Amino acid sequence: MIEFTFWDIVRNLLLAARWTVLLSLAAFVGGALVGLAVLFFRIAKNKWIKRVASGYIALFQGTPLLMQLFLMFFGLPMLGLRIEPWTAAMLGLTFFASAYLAEIWRSGVDALPRGQWDAGASLGLHYLQELRLIILPQAFAITRAPTVGFLVQLIKSTALTSIIGFEELVRTSNAINNATFEPFTVYGMVALIFFVMCFPLTQYARRLERAATR
Amino acid sequence: MGYSLDFGWLAGAAGAIARGAATTVLLIAMTTLAGTFLSILGAAGRRNGPLLLKRAIGVYVEVMRNTPFLVQLFFIFFGLPSLGIRLDPILAAMLAMTLNMAAYTIEIVGAGLDAVPRGQTEAALALGLRPRQVFVKIVLPQALKVIYPALTSQIVIMMLESAVVSQIAVRELTYEADMLQARTFRAFETYLVVTLVYLGLSMGLRRLLVGGGRRVLGAGVS
Repeated sequence: MIEFTFWDIVRNLLLAARWTVLLSLAAFVGGALVGLAVLFFRIAKNKWIKRVASGYIALFQGTPLLMQLFLMFFGLPMLGLRIEPWTAAMLGLTFFASAYLAEIWRSGVDALPRGQWDAGASLGLHYLQELRLIILPQAFAITRAPTVGFLVQLIKSTALTSIIGFEELVRTSNAINNATFEPFTVYGMVALIFFVMCFPLTQYARRLERAATR
Repeated sequence: MGYSLDFGWLAGAAGAIARGAATTVLLIAMTTLAGTFLSILGAAGRRNGPLLLKRAIGVYVEVMRNTPFLVQLFFIFFGLPSLGIRLDPILAAMLAMTLNMAAYTIEIVGAGLDAVPRGQTEAALALGLRPRQVFVKIVLPQALKVIYPALTSQIVIMMLESAVVSQIAVRELTYEADMLQARTFRAFETYLVVTLVYLGLSMGLRRLLVGGGRRVLGAGVS
């Protein structure tokens, strides 16, 4: 039997934390790209397109992320795709993030005065130019705090991918715990690692928020 | 290809799904009551308590908000027994959910308390009410009215997050789904049905809370 010292536990957890970071970043970037597309639909002029986007957002915000991950994990193979936990985790979190980010940014677009659109139109810009040059930069700027706040939520959500078998921080900690029987130390360390990742971002979001309200 | 969806198992599984859903509802009901109560105490303590208590509550809120619920759950269920505290899965789940929710709602309730003008407290004190009466009868109702929508969202979020407690073998909705798919080999269909049940629960819960809030706190609550 292999003996685990405290440093073995810490080293293995830190190595596993790389995957948590990587998954968070990948899902955030993917979620931002898909979320942008959802945002376009959500603020479209056509009532039906708007409704489809609202439904998409409501669906992801009204069901547990764990179920979304399960549906990815078991659903995609039915389409004939070979799927690994990494792919399911990455896709599941991407769609999850896209719904939340689209809704956050939509609130930014809605917060802009009507005159911004009118001014853009009177300058002769067409719809896409208006969005790209006037509306979206401002909407992103005023929603920076909730966007960073959501990144924290996303990092914490990666813990759920351990359940569909993705080998990140929590899954590794389960394995280490099974070998060492030191749940207090192991899960305490895991909590600490997540805290170190999330707390600076939380503080950053708070600073942005304070700067925005001043 | 050639995979076709099959919902034939559903008739025999309705009972299990209903039982699981009932447990999920029970979990969130207990959590809402305990969590809201705890967060009122926490928010009041953070504003009016001694310095040490204020600090402790601040640390508690930051720790809970910056770590995943799943890790908190494992810490409570697997970690506490090594300190001699052994909890039933369902008790551990309720404790973890309550402690997690309170960390978020302490900030929400706190924001509500801050939103009540100081004059309200001063006027009530001038009328001869004791400080505790002022808090319970004057400040708190007004604060709750302001924060009710945020509180509602937090409760729904917590309900969705409760799917995770299946991991410590609490027999709620997700746990029943895990059992069903192991028996029927129809994983996708099982989780699809259960996801829709969750969707119904979250929509129903939101409607119930908004309706109930209107009745108790008066109009203008959304």
